[in-house]
Amino acid sequence: MSRFAAAFTKPHAALVTFVTAGDGHTAAILDALVAGGADVIELGMPFTDPMADGPAIQAANLRSFAAGTKTADIFAIAKGFRARHPDIPLVLMGYANPMTRRGADWFAAACQDAGVDGVICVDIPFEEDDSLGPALRAAGVDQIRLATPTTDVARLPAVLDGAGGFLYYVSVAGITGLQQAAQASIEEAVARLRAQTALPIAVGFGVRTPDQAAQIARVADGVVVGSALVEIVAQHGADAPRHIETFTRSLAAAIHGAKEIAA
Amino acid sequence: MSTQSTSFSSQPPAHANSLRQQPDSRGHFGIFGGRFVAETLMPLVLDLEREYRAAQNDPAFAAEFDDLLSHYVGRPSPLYYAERLTDELRKDAPAGKGAQIWFKRDELNHTGAHKINNCIGQILLARRMGKTRIIAETGAGQHGVATATVCARFGLPCVIYMGARDMERQQPNVFRMKLLGAEVIGVESGARTLKDAMNEALRDWVANVHDTFYIIGTAAGPHPYPELVRDFQSVIGKEARAQLLERTGRLPDLLVAAIGGGSNAIGLFHPFLDDPSVKMLGVEAAGHGLDKEHAASLAGGSPGILHGNRTYLLQDEDGQIDEAHSISAGLDYPGIGPEHAWLRDIGRVDYTSATDKDALDAFQLLCRTEGIIPALEPAHAIAAVTKVALEMDRDAIIVANLCGRGDKDIFTVAEALGTQI
Repeated sequence: MSRFAAAFTKPHAALVTFVTAGDGHTAAILDALVAGGADVIELGMPFTDPMADGPAIQAANLRSFAAGTKTADIFAIAKGFRARHPDIPLVLMGYANPMTRRGADWFAAACQDAGVDGVICVDIPFEEDDSLGPALRAAGVDQIRLATPTTDVARLPAVLDGAGGFLYYVSVAGITGLQQAAQASIEEAVARLRAQTALPIAVGFGVRTPDQAAQIARVADGVVVGSALVEIVAQHGADAPRHIETFTRSLAAAIHGAKEIAA
Repeated sequence: MSTQSTSFSSQPPAHANSLRQQPDSRGHFGIFGGRFVAETLMPLVLDLEREYRAAQNDPAFAAEFDDLLSHYVGRPSPLYYAERLTDELRKDAPAGKGAQIWFKRDELNHTGAHKINNCIGQILLARRMGKTRIIAETGAGQHGVATATVCARFGLPCVIYMGARDMERQQPNVFRMKLLGAEVIGVESGARTLKDAMNEALRDWVANVHDTFYIIGTAAGPHPYPELVRDFQSVIGKEARAQLLERTGRLPDLLVAAIGGGSNAIGLFHPFLDDPSVKMLGVEAAGHGLDKEHAASLAGGSPGILHGNRTYLLQDEDGQIDEAHSISAGLDYPGIGPEHAWLRDIGRVDYTSATDKDALDAFQLLCRTEGIIPALEPAHAIAAVTKVALEMDRDAIIVANLCGRGDKDIFTVAEALGTQI
């Protein structure tokens, strides 16, 4: 069973957590996420021009660059994580240019070598899949696709074609970390997506509190939290791992208990 | 001259091996171009393409575009033989050398630059699509002013994103945009220039897809923007071609234009791409020099993906985008339109560069010899002209695009020359 399959067949919804690589002591932060109960880790690859990200993750990218983070450092972080946590799925999330700079094959091989399970590329829609998708699939790395409120029924089959790992439902048309979608719209969207795919469905964008996360966990297979975690790193610096673990534990308790509450 | 040659719909017929048939159905110019945008934007980008195809086949769209260009923008712009500049350069030329220099006077357009041609076309598309809010990015402020202008003309609310550093060096244009009713939002991220303004405009767009049309100012971004911006700007080359034929009975030997994103250059070049006798030269901004800070993505960059398209970018070995530098805010961008990337790779167009200092020298030369104050953007093209004209025969004809006027730049130029205004 793949790590993704294992993470999404637990009796509860999965907590998917995002932090930016190289922002703070990333290895300790990742360990804190796992200790707090995260089921899937998304590691953000910083980019100079993160046009789908809101202020929190933009600032995290800048802090990461100020610390001198290079692509090689990100793969070193991934490799270290894989050695310490053999069972937790690890996803790299970022933008097309840093991923394809040395060629899609190079990137896919580096992912495979580092034990990365999946990749989310924000700015490669299925129309440009040949820029990255075939290389990832050949290397056995899942390509996690994004569906959004603007993805209509006609587009969805093409979005799903070649997708692996899980389907990431971006619950608001917008950038990361700002608005929160109405629960009703999330429920409607998840039902619509579920009718067309067997992939687990994780919902993200604008999820900031355990209560919000619990509500989403009642209908989705996973809940993604990013900006709220990144803000803790910004606020606490070297002391961040401790605070990350506490907050993650509160999210995990809410998400992992949600299905029973619903029942 | 006949108004027919300015028409949006009057593309010369393209033959089987035409270079004017790009991009392909996926928006690719060879390996360049494409649609590298977030999934949220993809359906909108496809809608825009559908609407553009419908507009291309709608005589009413072409008629409205042409009417506005004639009576609102003031087209056709003159094609002017710069006799004194030609004579001045011939003083330093070898015997028999020193080409005739002609200018396509797009700086005489309403709003003072070529940018308005494209804005007219895009706002007509926005209206066709039922969009009720307009956003744009701007560098020098010329595209922002042109966008604010058409928004005022059509009564649509307008938000302009502009790098905070560019706002400092282009104060007159910031005030113009505000007078025209636009909201100007200063962007504090990155180097606070055009690239950062474009990121912020994309963030706005993705959050307001239902009602907002993004008027991109250059022939770049996701397909179909590079194509439609080129088509709207091709009025420059179509007019120039007809005007020069009428005046001299010949085609030009060389076309020259400055390149930031490359919209004025592709607008001049495109109608001539299938004329093998016409050479073309694009001029990038070499800033402090190609070995220092500059904005010449073809000379100093490599292919990558940014802002919706694959093209040449200034970037490091990890694919992080470098900050560009040019004295001209309109050229201060680390990428270039994808069609230029393709035209360079197939060898159809030559590309060179001019430094800040070259541009300042050319700026002053044109002021004194012709009584024309050019914008710093076309001053780069003029700088290249002053070099290549000396190597060409006296009966050769150069047409350079004077794509903007320099009123907006007098403060920057004064500072660079150490003059207090």
